Amino acid sequence: MEKAEKLIIRLHNVARIYKVGVERIHALDGIDLELSENEYVAVMGASGSGKSTLMNMLGCLDRATSGRYELDGQDTTKMSDAALANVRNERIGFVFQSFELLGQLSALKNVEMPLIYSRNGWWSRRRRAKNVLERVGLGDRIKHKPNQLSGGEKQRVAIARALVCNPSILLADEPTGNLDSKTSESILELFDQLYREGQTIIIVTHEEHVARHAKRIIQMRDGRIYSDLPRDQAPANKASMQNDVQEEPE
Amino acid sequence: MKAIIRMLASFLRLFYQSVYLALAQIWANKTRSVLTTIGIVIGVASVTAVIAALTGLKAKVLTQVESFGTNTIFIFPTQPDKGPKRHASWWTIRFLPEHFDDILEHCPSVERFCRVAGVGQYTAHYRERSAENVEVTGIEPAFHDIQNRPVALGRTFSVIDNMQVRPVCLIDPKLRDELRLDRDCIGHSIRIGHHAFRIVGVIERQPELLGESGQDRYEVFIPFKTTFKMGKPWIMAFAASKSTEVTEDAQAEISFFLRRTRNIKPGEPDTFRVESVKRFLDTFNSIALMVTLVAGGIVGISLLVGGVGIMNIMLVSVSERTREIGLRKAVGAKKSAILTQFLIEAVVLCLIGGLVGVGIGQCLTMIISGINPVLDMVRIPAWAILLSFSFSGSVGIFFGMFPAIKAARLDPIEALRHE
Ligand SMILES: Nc1ncnc2c1ncn2[C@@H]1O[C@H](COP(=O)(O)OP(=O)(O)O)[C@@H](O)[C@H]1O
Ligand SMILES: [Mg+2]
Repeated sequence: MEKAEKLIIRLHNVARIYKVGVERIHALDGIDLELSENEYVAVMGASGSGKSTLMNMLGCLDRATSGRYELDGQDTTKMSDAALANVRNERIGFVFQSFELLGQLSALKNVEMPLIYSRNGWWSRRRRAKNVLERVGLGDRIKHKPNQLSGGEKQRVAIARALVCNPSILLADEPTGNLDSKTSESILELFDQLYREGQTIIIVTHEEHVARHAKRIIQMRDGRIYSDLPRDQAPANKASMQNDVQEEPE
Repeated sequence: MKAIIRMLASFLRLFYQSVYLALAQIWANKTRSVLTTIGIVIGVASVTAVIAALTGLKAKVLTQVESFGTNTIFIFPTQPDKGPKRHASWWTIRFLPEHFDDILEHCPSVERFCRVAGVGQYTAHYRERSAENVEVTGIEPAFHDIQNRPVALGRTFSVIDNMQVRPVCLIDPKLRDELRLDRDCIGHSIRIGHHAFRIVGVIERQPELLGESGQDRYEVFIPFKTTFKMGKPWIMAFAASKSTEVTEDAQAEISFFLRRTRNIKPGEPDTFRVESVKRFLDTFNSIALMVTLVAGGIVGISLLVGGVGIMNIMLVSVSERTREIGLRKAVGAKKSAILTQFLIEAVVLCLIGGLVGVGIGQCLTMIISGINPVLDMVRIPAWAILLSFSFSGSVGIFFGMFPAIKAARLDPIEALRHE
């Protein structure tokens, strides 16, 4: 891995505390994290360790209870809701475990959707959506509705949608969680390809073989990062191995 | 300046994308959309049809009244509402010719005046032909001007015709045709009852009155005094005021004059009525207003029901599409974008309802005007269409606001977790 050039993400002592009744749940508890352009990071950890909360924070869907989050050099902590919406639109690409495609819309329309809310993508949305669908290998499926697509194809459409605004960073929360292992592998190959093309990627998983695609592996426990190492130095995580839900076909 | 342009541009984009999304959504849920808008459709259809019928009727009545002349005054005997004459027989309260002597000198606001004597219906004969239901009326020359019924052919009655009680008559063209008289029938003699009359002119027919068509009715006019040869005439009178403004003065003058000539003591009620076309018009207008208000109330209720239906369906839609809203927010939709999307969806639904309603109202109107020739002037006025649209649009905004705010306030993370 070459020397990291441009810093995209800097978290400084970020906490996220949920209040449930009188109880205070520290979903994130003093996170420090730096991420540069064209990194490929896997976030691992047991269920409830705060992975999704971290992703929502990075994706500007959620605000830190305390601490500081800089994205592309801008402090997001003090931004208005509307400004954060623009940030999500222009700098963040989200990929969800359950795809979140709109059932009545074709693949093309689903991919166009973020551009509808974009400040400059409105007029070119069809062309851009087509291009990115070709990039994820679905150039011949653009008219299909989600229920006419396989699970892997659905996730490809979702990835295309995440990429259509040219985000600084692609966030994927257990993107292979709903897929069988063969399809998972092809989706992970797509991530690898995107990484080679220069995309910065953060992927959440509790599966070792998924994490092995990343170049850097972050381990979380109880809302804290306890290990952050390049893949080759990262130990196999026994805790997460125990929780592993194996979806191997027989 | 640049900031303003940018704001305007982003507003336009927001509006355009919301309309686009709303139409896509409505199209995707066609059946539901149709069912939802039925309330609005019915409301708008009925309001436009009722307004069309009323304005059409009004136009018809107005043209009808104009043909009479708006300053025409009708004078006829009636029993009073109270007092000893309440049950007087019609015959004792009848007008006598001398009641009206010198009326023009005593009533400065009256321009023209004529007495009219009805002697009932007769059968008219000419050679072998005969016609029944011939209304015989004695008139004075001012009748033609006041009632706007000039003599088309021949001449009017002269003073001498009246003085000498001449057996001359004016007939209406329909009777002439029925009796197969020549077109120029002047000088021919026809028999009415047991009396022979020489035709001196053809009088124009009365314009068809509201609903009074079909059945054949003929008219023959004779000099006022000549009616006394035929029997005991029933006397009424017409007057025309000098202008519409002084019609009420003229009515008061006539009343005052007649009370004196008919020897009605102070404090006793009138045994006659002096009515103007204006009064009829006022009565008609107040009835029309009543109908409009009642119809308006019904329409308001149906729009309200329609609006509640819209709100209900929008709430269902918001809760069904919670994940979609979460996703849209996650990919960068602002609160305002979600709000306008749902608001415009409601407004567009209502406007489509309004459009269909106006269409159905137009069909109803065409059916109404086709059924009865009296209603041939029935048409939906432009303002009613505008009113319908602005009304259904407001219903959309009003009832769509709550669901739209609910949608805009959703937290994206929770929305995406929604089942
Ligand atoms: N909306 C919420 N309200 C209260 N507690 C929450 C909420 N969301 C997450 N948590 C808690 O925060 C912790 C971290 O959750 P999450 O980030 O979803 O974990 P992971 O994705 O690693 O499984 C968990 O203990 C969870 O119960
Ligand atoms: Mg999670």
